Amino acid sequence: MIAVVDYGVGNLFSLRSSLEYLGQTVRVTGDPAVLAQADRLILPGVGAFGDAARQLRDSGLGEAVCREADRGKPLLGICLGMQLLFQGSLEFGVHRGLGLLPGWVRPIAESISPGHKVPHIGWNALHFLRRVPLFRNTQEGDCVYFVHSFHAASVPDALAVTDYGGVLTAAAGRDNILGCQFHPEKSGRVGLGILQAFCE
Amino acid sequence: MITKRIIPCLDVKDGRVVKGVRFAGLNDVASPVELAQYYSDHGADELVFYDITASAEGRALFTDILTQTARRVFIPLTVGGGVSSLADFERVLACGADKVSVNSGALRDPDLIAQAARRYGSQCVVLSADIRRVSGRFHVFWGGGRRDTGLDALEWLRRVVALGAGEVVVNSMDTDGVQRGFDLELLQKVVEAVDVPVIASGGAGSAEDFLTLFTALPRVDAGLAASIFHFGQVRIQDLKQQMAARGIPTRLGL
Repeated sequence: MIAVVDYGVGNLFSLRSSLEYLGQTVRVTGDPAVLAQADRLILPGVGAFGDAARQLRDSGLGEAVCREADRGKPLLGICLGMQLLFQGSLEFGVHRGLGLLPGWVRPIAESISPGHKVPHIGWNALHFLRRVPLFRNTQEGDCVYFVHSFHAASVPDALAVTDYGGVLTAAAGRDNILGCQFHPEKSGRVGLGILQAFCE
Repeated sequence: MITKRIIPCLDVKDGRVVKGVRFAGLNDVASPVELAQYYSDHGADELVFYDITASAEGRALFTDILTQTARRVFIPLTVGGGVSSLADFERVLACGADKVSVNSGALRDPDLIAQAARRYGSQCVVLSADIRRVSGRFHVFWGGGRRDTGLDALEWLRRVVALGAGEVVVNSMDTDGVQRGFDLELLQKVVEAVDVPVIASGGAGSAEDFLTLFTALPRVDAGLAASIFHFGQVRIQDLKQQMAARGIPTRLGL
């Protein structure tokens, strides 16, 4: 069973639908006991880092996610959910994240040349720095769908980058802790292939 | 490089695609679910569902088919048509829409844009405008493009972007339906006026029109069309091959 962590932010319809399409049993849950039973966890999220980090802390779900991750359970953060895996973010102030991966989330404007619109919205190509099983169904140059204004800049565990007038971190991970800045649930067959690989 | 998006638009009435679709290989060409899946499988980068139903029953059918589509099609879905309140946003987002397109609803109450952007984020709020030349200026029209608001189109678009619209769809009524190419003059002014993604609509009659659009105006992010895709005049995969051959960034995989 795959648990999608529901901490009150974002629309989880597509994520649930895509996992069910792949034949997975999905629980969208804010219950730490269900997270403990799950085989794998997905941490989704859209919106502001500060609000999301606070919700995770106040609900105790952040702690529960870290506990499961420390036990070695596969964890995939998506979009803001990926950013929350890091030490913190400089989005409108300084906010602490879950600290499961080293590095900080910074405005993409610092990484790209002037004249590029922010947010970075649309389909862009993946360039792999390291190959891990999460991308066993994905090829160099495959396009995925991004919507974001911040990213985990120059982090040591970057797995893939994308080019948007500068280098943006597209995926990162270490052992069982994985994150995608893009939305695999909105990235067509390529995205389904990534979710499939995570589920296996 | 971010790729230029190709977006088919489906007009849906009482749960069915209208304007007639001529495709081989589809069991039910008026089924929005089948057509959406077909486009997704043939390279569309995003889909727009436009609800042109007037009745409550039609609206219920629309949300039902939207839900069915969103369960099977995993590319971004934008929904428009009759959106005039936060409750309308909530209704279609709960059915799996990723973005909501607002037109007349924002003209009646511009604050709807600000409220929706605060609640759902700017990435979710698309402003669509029907624009036509009136004595040398560009005016915004409403009521399905029948009535002149008197508003200057560029001022209106700057205003809604300041309020929080994350993308704008520019529908030129002067070129719409004529199939002689996008309204490059208008679009040039729009990309100079706003710094959010601009989606060109109205006038596409051939693949060449898209190539001209993206070559002449590299700051335009996407091209939207309906009948040329529905009638098979332009096949999206062929169009994308031609874009790639001209050096226009495009997504060739699925």
